Amino acid sequence: MLLIKCPWCGVRDETEFSYGGEAGIERPLKPEDLNDQEWADYLFMRKNTRGLFLEQWNHSLGCRQWFIVERNTVTYEIIATSKIKNEAPDIQVDA
Amino acid sequence: MQINRLKSGGQINRDKTLRFTFNGQSYKGYLGDTLASALLANGVDIVGRSFKYHRPRGIVGSGAEEPNAIFQIGSGATTEAGMRATQVELYDGLVAKSEKGWPSLSFDIAEVNDWCSKLFGAGFYYKTFMYPAKFWKIYEYFLRRMAGLGAAPREPDPDYYNHQNTHCDVLVVGAGPAGLMAALSAGKSGAKVIIADDQANFGGSLLASKELIEGLTADKWVSSQLQMLEELPNVTCLSRSTVFGYYDYNFLTINERCTNHLSEFTEGHVRQKLWRVRAKRVVLAQGAFERPLVFPNNDRPGVMLASAVSNYINRYGVLPGKNPILFTNNDSAYQAAIDMKIAGAKSVLVVDSRSEQPSDMVDEARNNGIELQFDAVIRNVIGHTKVKGVEISTYDSGSNTCAAQATKRTCDLLIYSGGWSPAVHLHSQSGGINKWDDNRHCFVPHTTKQASFSIGSCNGTWSLEDCLKEGIACGRDVAGSLNLKVNDINLPITKKIKLNPMMPLWQVIAENSVENLPKQFLDYQNDTTVSDIYLAVREGYTGIEHVKRYTALGFGTDQGKLGNINGMAILAIALGKPIAEIGTTTFRPAYTPVSFGVCAGEDIGEMFEPTRKTAIHDFHTESKAPFEIVGQWLRPWYFPKDDEDMSSAVIRECLATRSSLGIMDASTLGKIDVCGKDAVTFLEKIYTHDVAKMAVGQCAYGVMLGEDGMIKDDGVMARLGENHFYLTTTTGGAATVMSWLEQWLQTEWPHLTVYLTSLTDQLSTIALVGPNSRRVLQKLVDADLSNDNFPFMKTCKSEIAGLKVDLFRVSFSGELAFEINVNSNFALYIWNLLMVTGRDFEITPYGTETMHVLRAEKGFIIVGQDTDGSINPHDAGLGWLVSKEKDFIGKRSLERVDSIRSDRKQLVGLLSVDNKSVIPEGAQLIEKKSPSGPTPMYGHVSSSYFSPVLGHPIALALIESGRNRIGDKLLAISSDAKAIEVTIAKPIFYDPKGERQHAK
Amino acid sequence: MAPMNKYSAFSLFKNALTNNKNWQVSWRDATPKSKYDAIIVGGGGHGLATAYYLAKNHGMKNIAVLEKGWIGGGNTARNTTIVRSNYLWTESSLLYEKSLKLWEGLSQDINFNVMFSQRGVYNLGHTLQDMRDIERRVSANQLNGIDAEVVDAQQIKQAIPLINTSKNARYPILGASLQRRAGVARHDAVAWGYARAASELGVDIIQQCEVTGIRKNGSQVMGVDTSRGYIEAKKVGVVVAGHASVLADMAGIRLPLESHPLQAYVSEPLKPVLDTVIMSNAVHGYISQSDKGELVIGAGIDPYIGYGQRGSFCTIEHCMQAIIALFPNFSRVRMLRQWGGIVDVSPDACPILSKTPVEGLYFNCGWGTGGFKATPGSGWTFAHTIANNQPHELNAPFSLDRFSTGALIDEHGAAAVAH
Repeated sequence: MLLIKCPWCGVRDETEFSYGGEAGIERPLKPEDLNDQEWADYLFMRKNTRGLFLEQWNHSLGCRQWFIVERNTVTYEIIATSKIKNEAPDIQVDA
Repeated sequence: MQINRLKSGGQINRDKTLRFTFNGQSYKGYLGDTLASALLANGVDIVGRSFKYHRPRGIVGSGAEEPNAIFQIGSGATTEAGMRATQVELYDGLVAKSEKGWPSLSFDIAEVNDWCSKLFGAGFYYKTFMYPAKFWKIYEYFLRRMAGLGAAPREPDPDYYNHQNTHCDVLVVGAGPAGLMAALSAGKSGAKVIIADDQANFGGSLLASKELIEGLTADKWVSSQLQMLEELPNVTCLSRSTVFGYYDYNFLTINERCTNHLSEFTEGHVRQKLWRVRAKRVVLAQGAFERPLVFPNNDRPGVMLASAVSNYINRYGVLPGKNPILFTNNDSAYQAAIDMKIAGAKSVLVVDSRSEQPSDMVDEARNNGIELQFDAVIRNVIGHTKVKGVEISTYDSGSNTCAAQATKRTCDLLIYSGGWSPAVHLHSQSGGINKWDDNRHCFVPHTTKQASFSIGSCNGTWSLEDCLKEGIACGRDVAGSLNLKVNDINLPITKKIKLNPMMPLWQVIAENSVENLPKQFLDYQNDTTVSDIYLAVREGYTGIEHVKRYTALGFGTDQGKLGNINGMAILAIALGKPIAEIGTTTFRPAYTPVSFGVCAGEDIGEMFEPTRKTAIHDFHTESKAPFEIVGQWLRPWYFPKDDEDMSSAVIRECLATRSSLGIMDASTLGKIDVCGKDAVTFLEKIYTHDVAKMAVGQCAYGVMLGEDGMIKDDGVMARLGENHFYLTTTTGGAATVMSWLEQWLQTEWPHLTVYLTSLTDQLSTIALVGPNSRRVLQKLVDADLSNDNFPFMKTCKSEIAGLKVDLFRVSFSGELAFEINVNSNFALYIWNLLMVTGRDFEITPYGTETMHVLRAEKGFIIVGQDTDGSINPHDAGLGWLVSKEKDFIGKRSLERVDSIRSDRKQLVGLLSVDNKSVIPEGAQLIEKKSPSGPTPMYGHVSSSYFSPVLGHPIALALIESGRNRIGDKLLAISSDAKAIEVTIAKPIFYDPKGERQHAK
Repeated sequence: MAPMNKYSAFSLFKNALTNNKNWQVSWRDATPKSKYDAIIVGGGGHGLATAYYLAKNHGMKNIAVLEKGWIGGGNTARNTTIVRSNYLWTESSLLYEKSLKLWEGLSQDINFNVMFSQRGVYNLGHTLQDMRDIERRVSANQLNGIDAEVVDAQQIKQAIPLINTSKNARYPILGASLQRRAGVARHDAVAWGYARAASELGVDIIQQCEVTGIRKNGSQVMGVDTSRGYIEAKKVGVVVAGHASVLADMAGIRLPLESHPLQAYVSEPLKPVLDTVIMSNAVHGYISQSDKGELVIGAGIDPYIGYGQRGSFCTIEHCMQAIIALFPNFSRVRMLRQWGGIVDVSPDACPILSKTPVEGLYFNCGWGTGGFKATPGSGWTFAHTIANNQPHELNAPFSLDRFSTGALIDEHGAAAVAH
């Protein structure tokens, strides 16, 4: 039974959270430029790391904020949790 | 007659006689007895039969390690199987039955297995019962009947269980000397402490001890400590409470048995409670289990652990024999011999495998007139249903050999002790590693993973003084680590006892002669013997996990508490390796078995999951509408009039709606308010259609795709303002869509300013449907509902009876229709008002079934019914909704090789050729059945109804290249193998031009 | 198979006469050679079956199975042993049906009683949509030649008298699909039996041998580094349920997998009380009774990625609630032991049995919660794939390409049950 520190609310029981899988997967800014293989890579391929792993959790029965958790997927030890940065993607404008 | 009950002594209440029965025979015991102690008091020797060989068995232990005295307690709905008599507290009227043995315990026909046991060695079942193949079912029938212990109840459990969540600074597991000291020391330092012990009374090993502590007898001293603990407001003492699971992040589960000791069923009380504890620190002080010694026939009734003997004498005033022999390899077991002698045993002989060395225990035994024989072992037990005597041989500990000659000696009780195994179960569950200790000859906790501390004998610390010391130090350390001001307590004064080390004696008789000897048992319940281990090794099952699985060692209900270490030691001998190299196995919850009921707690029956009801629910129940379960919601299915069946009701509801006026509770739709300056940007990504092009006040039907391009959800959405939208989702999808939107917004586009608010519960939605809907609604609202002012797919705000409402001119039926959103608190009022106002037009409430028929007549899909996670918008005929200009979630997936295949499944209509057969939903569509091999299937029927307005059946189906096959004929095959000939049609059956919903 | 080592009632009797002293080893505990024609990484049921069929069907004898721990110690030892083939899509149901057919003669084929017990599987339906899906799946199964029927609540009650078919249940049982040929088997026996049969055919079974690297020359696999040294092989089949992503990483391949904890538990052994298998996806629980008498119960997967072979207690609690919803009389039955395995879940709840971009490297993974039942068929088709360097027609749809083409075989959509 995990104990997760929501960056907004503090430490709470696992049952208050829902899981969102691997963190840091960026949606391609121009999906139409990708071939099927590259698109599949974004869509389905996952690191599924055994060991230290960055993942997304949602405090779904609390503040409903998504946040990042660094967790060891073997020991289940949570190293750190952090808020998602409020940054716009670096959009390249076509000339 | 309690023939073995001592005249005095023990912690039982002799004024409270309790009656009980065992296998139909009546007996008496006292308050404070366990079922085991009461049976022993009454001279009951055989309490069970073993699993495989059906050998008679007696009580061996006095706690969780007991493998034999496993009973069915009670009867009917409140019976419990697999109850360990050593842990069952006696109550008046208790009914117990043994779980094996037919026709009786003293004569069990199946004991024939014991005579031909060589056929039934480890894993025998893997090698036979294979020929002829079809006979396996018959073999298995009999095997199943031979297997199993007790019987499950056949009626629902009338009892009540609940859960309690709590946090504490320190959870102390076990209230023996170490645990008590740790709890007291931490508690006095101000820590919030929970101390739990699985027995009725605190004290652990001290309850059976004769030692003096601070000048008090052990049990008096325990009482004084308990009193101190109870006086501390920050300490919670839980007795009859087994900590059975140690999970990650110091989450532990405690099973508190509140009324098991009172009766089979205690009306109005919580029977058991599950404590879900998060502890900052955990102190494990569970004690240790005594090990048997391994020698031929070591399982006969009347063979008992030394610690159990002391327990029965000192706690329960029961003398389990008059003429005992003690066989030991250690000093601690001498206490049992001394206790026997003091309690009145006639003659007591100690057979010690070690050579004599000065020790306090030896001296005390001798002073008590106990006969001692050193350098000797028991090499066989005489007696079948009860120990009658033993064969004693001399033993050379230098060469580990036992002399060939033996002398016989009679006895009525054989007490044995092979040393102690720390109860490292929870330590292991917590992720801690245990390690074999060559000095103490046992596994001890090695590394810890969580904030836990093992102390006392579960840490391999044996002497009372050391256990007390460790407890105090641990409590102090724990308090210190929590930054509490440490309040020291003094070490209680105990007598120092000089003990000699134990001698490892895993097997009395050397291995090369094993097969010719009577059986030497390791796991009593599963009948695992020494020769089974050798057989496993011979066959190549040499890893401990393979050996355990092949021989069933440790897979009984005592989970190897009694026999596992001996088994591992024998394996080490068989492999010629040190025990440390055998490795240890991981212990898993539950430490001792725990009922499903207490794990489930209160969330069963109607509380299994929340039941969601709409604000208009009372109307539906008063109308006697049956409900359809959709997600967690109850939705009215149809509204029967008088004795109407469903099909007549649905025909009536459909026709009334199409011809005049229907009303439906659509409140379960998911409702999400979206606003903020970037709402359009956001929704452009979410929906496939061009959201930016929508005018304020306009509604649109929209679909959301997963990034895989498949339809995820759908619903009408409306633009309420420049940056303000209102979305609806399917009933089942409401929560997931909300989470999904939040996830995109927060994780992918956190720079967007968009606010999402779920309004599903706050607002109720009433659909007023049919050609007369406008006429009725206009009576109640000021807004001009004329088609010019309020055309199809528009929304506006208005008031009904002074209450604010949002009106949507949208239609899920193809009729002129309005959806009215109103604050849920007033929804039933508005509904009733509409019912009254619509009376002139015979307003007809309808449920989900009519809703389905009406929408199917129009070819409107239901996500999850007409789609299944493999259907994209083009497949569903919703290509017109897919914007070519912008990017949206899932768009790229629509371009993949498989997505642009021309033979994808497409949504089409179906008509039965005979024009009367309603095609079963789920039926597969084929051209003709293949005479052999799989029949190609072109699709399946997703929705199918009789259409009242059209007077014939209609269906929707997903068919490969369906839109190019309009007019083709196929066969619809359902699970009853019936075939219905069908024609592929366009999926819109009624009002194909959509004139009715646009009605002026 | 050499008859001297044959198991039968007769051999039991004969060996009893000699005090069971003459039994031979079930499989040779081999030490690794420097080179094999093919290496199977993973000594679970699937890996051992692959090796057996490589030897038996394709005549490959110089092969090794490398197991990092003890054979059959991963998910083979940790599952709830359900075997069925009533999947929705033709692709999956034919693959599982191949497996089921092999199960039906497996004990005799490998001369090891795997106790395949065809006591039927009921997949319960609790809502109208469940029932539509059941009808769809059952009619598809029948057309694929797979036995399947739809039963109503009354028929269920008749067959399983203790089940709660009350209309007032929170999620009432409306009906079920029933596959009578489905059932359960003895998990350990499957690993041991295949190991013994493979060993008999010359396969080296090497335990305590962990693969630590996969060597390539360009895009051709050359061999594997192990805790017991480098071993050369031009064909390497990886069958390491739970750890597929870890091995793929060694070869520089990405997989569409997430590894999750899956938990199960057993009750104390009881007298016969349930003689079939019941699965309910709506309430998240499935249950059968083993020949030993234990109720064997499986829960839903834990939501997070976890290689710890353990999950969270709340999942067990929820499963207990589900079981009591189905069988209110089991409330007083007691849980003896709980455990967890690691399942690698693919996006469409279907396996990957496939060649990879690396020549000679094959992956068999992604079985999610449904791997045990597929053991023989998985081994059969994977062996074919490795031997011929091209998939068998039954596993061709389960290639890695499908994730880029989009030709997924979505079994969690409508079949709902994936165990």
